[in-house]
Amino acid sequence: MLRSAALSAARRVSAQPRTTAVLGKGAVFQAARTMASAASSDTVTFEFGDKTFEGYNIDVPSSSITLTKADAISLYREMQMVRRLEMAADSSYKHKLIRGFCHLCTGQEAVPVGIEGAITKEDAIITAYRCHGFTYMRGAAPVGILAELMGRKDGVSKGKGGSMHMYAPNFYGGNGIVGAQVPLGAGIAFAQKYNNEKTCTLALYGDGAANQGQVFEAYNMAKLWDLPVIFVCENNKYGMGTAAGRAAANTDYYTRGQYIPGIRVNGMDVLAVRQAVAYAREYATSGNGPLVLEMKTYRYGGHSMSDPGTTYRTREEIQHMRSTSDPITGYKHRLVDSGVASEDELKSIDKEAKKLIDEALATAKATPEPAASELWDDVYVKGSEVPYLRGRVAEETHYYNVD
Amino acid sequence: MTFNFAMQAIDQIINSGAKTHYMSGAFAKCPIVFRGPNGAAAGVAAQHSQDYASWYGQIPGLKVVSPYDAEDAKGLLKAAIRDPNPVVVLENELMYGVSFPSSAEIASKDFVIPFGKAKIAREGTDITIATYSRPVGFALEAAEMLAKEGISAEVINLRSIRPLDLASIIKSVKKTNHLMTVEQGFPQFGVGSEVSAQIMESEAFDYLDAPVCRVTGADVPMPYAQNLERLALPDAEVIYKQVKRVLNVE
Repeated sequence: MLRSAALSAARRVSAQPRTTAVLGKGAVFQAARTMASAASSDTVTFEFGDKTFEGYNIDVPSSSITLTKADAISLYREMQMVRRLEMAADSSYKHKLIRGFCHLCTGQEAVPVGIEGAITKEDAIITAYRCHGFTYMRGAAPVGILAELMGRKDGVSKGKGGSMHMYAPNFYGGNGIVGAQVPLGAGIAFAQKYNNEKTCTLALYGDGAANQGQVFEAYNMAKLWDLPVIFVCENNKYGMGTAAGRAAANTDYYTRGQYIPGIRVNGMDVLAVRQAVAYAREYATSGNGPLVLEMKTYRYGGHSMSDPGTTYRTREEIQHMRSTSDPITGYKHRLVDSGVASEDELKSIDKEAKKLIDEALATAKATPEPAASELWDDVYVKGSEVPYLRGRVAEETHYYNVD
Repeated sequence: MTFNFAMQAIDQIINSGAKTHYMSGAFAKCPIVFRGPNGAAAGVAAQHSQDYASWYGQIPGLKVVSPYDAEDAKGLLKAAIRDPNPVVVLENELMYGVSFPSSAEIASKDFVIPFGKAKIAREGTDITIATYSRPVGFALEAAEMLAKEGISAEVINLRSIRPLDLASIIKSVKKTNHLMTVEQGFPQFGVGSEVSAQIMESEAFDYLDAPVCRVTGADVPMPYAQNLERLALPDAEVIYKQVKRVLNVE
């Protein structure tokens, strides 16, 4: 049963055209969209190393992936965009344009980019507070993300949510309390199954959140009802100031679903992420129930801006990961070595990404704060508000026009 | 981790911690202290910036304290640890880096502040401002501004939410004839609501020359944008203006 599902998943991956995120990003991404009829000379096949996938009660995905060259280049471009976006967030934070928390995914770009290439816009994603890359890949424009980070009116959440609370179509945030998004993800998958949709939900969490009790409650219900949910543990080796091994009795996160099969994936390889998610998607949407994917990845920065990220690991370790396992550099070499793109072509993509993010940052900075009246909007659905909400003093009470 | 995350375990705090002694007919005691950063915080939006005083303050079996300064933090935490009951200590997230003068008495290892005893943070004769945690500082600041205009505000640092030191508030109201409560939590069913109601039920009611006035956080989830967040939380300026309104002073 599991084996045949695995094989058919692998076959369909190579046959199925994929579109990458396009919403709100302008013509520059048109080339990224690929057509099913692409001639074979337009495709490229990559082989995976032995340790790319490890299975728990399931066969691992195929050791080769075929995709169009345009698609292959698009993955590179999107990782560059996510990295540039996070660099812009980092510098804006240091210039005090961003307040409070800010969790960057620098080093982990292959995860949001690889996932989006393997699913459809109808599939759903939910994650925690390290959400900028996912928000972008789900279709939000960089200017909307940067404006949100600065608490501006044109932010994706109207400036009300900030760094941790961003949303896009079929992207349910952007959630602040560690682990709480996992049962919500199982709930979204329940709705998909209930509505007979051939879609699935990816519920992401970190290695720290993996120890939350509610994750196991979600596992149980998801398996009991065979919900089309893919639990994705982004294992970046450290929780908030703590190495995974100091917090988890079992750091083989892909095995922690016990009765749910799992796959460990090299999360620094965008193609491996894409391959594993396509495989998992096929598995979950074919009525087999949930799957656990562990993406082994690494964050270059601290947990958030208040964490220098160097008290619980060495600078040498970070430097070593940057120089040997960087998802963008590694993929760049693959593209060049396979003749898909030249160094120069990729350099021009880098430049273009920098330009787009620089422009988005300038636009975001120029947008105004939300109107003061926004304080009262969206507490309840428009037209169904309670009659009034009190302000700081009785005189500031806001009255809604509800019949 | 802050008290926002303690909601993940609020069942253990309320249903287990607070009720076990009673449910078991005193068979089982639960001497535990839950301490941590409480809101409101700054720039962290709705899920990470809220005040839990009225949430926990409602629960029989719990004791709840909320320090303002270093003296409170030391004395109340010591008292909490020595108390045989479950105690929730709500420390404000933004007060950890703030310094206050200390003394040999405060530094002594047996310095404890008894629960249910408020502190008169500033004496005054025209209005009583009852508050706790970080807003004590805002009230003192407002009192200073008001003093320059000849208005004498008495600031009460409640220190303890449960038990509530009603006696100190009554005594003060009998002198000032006006009462304002200040908190950063939501207005509905808040600490100010409870103080107002208990004052209505007490002999202090007859001494009031104006209705009790509540200053609170706005009744909305905390917005991230700085301009909106400012409108959602009281500060010295709001207190200052509201005191003048209550006293009907231009």
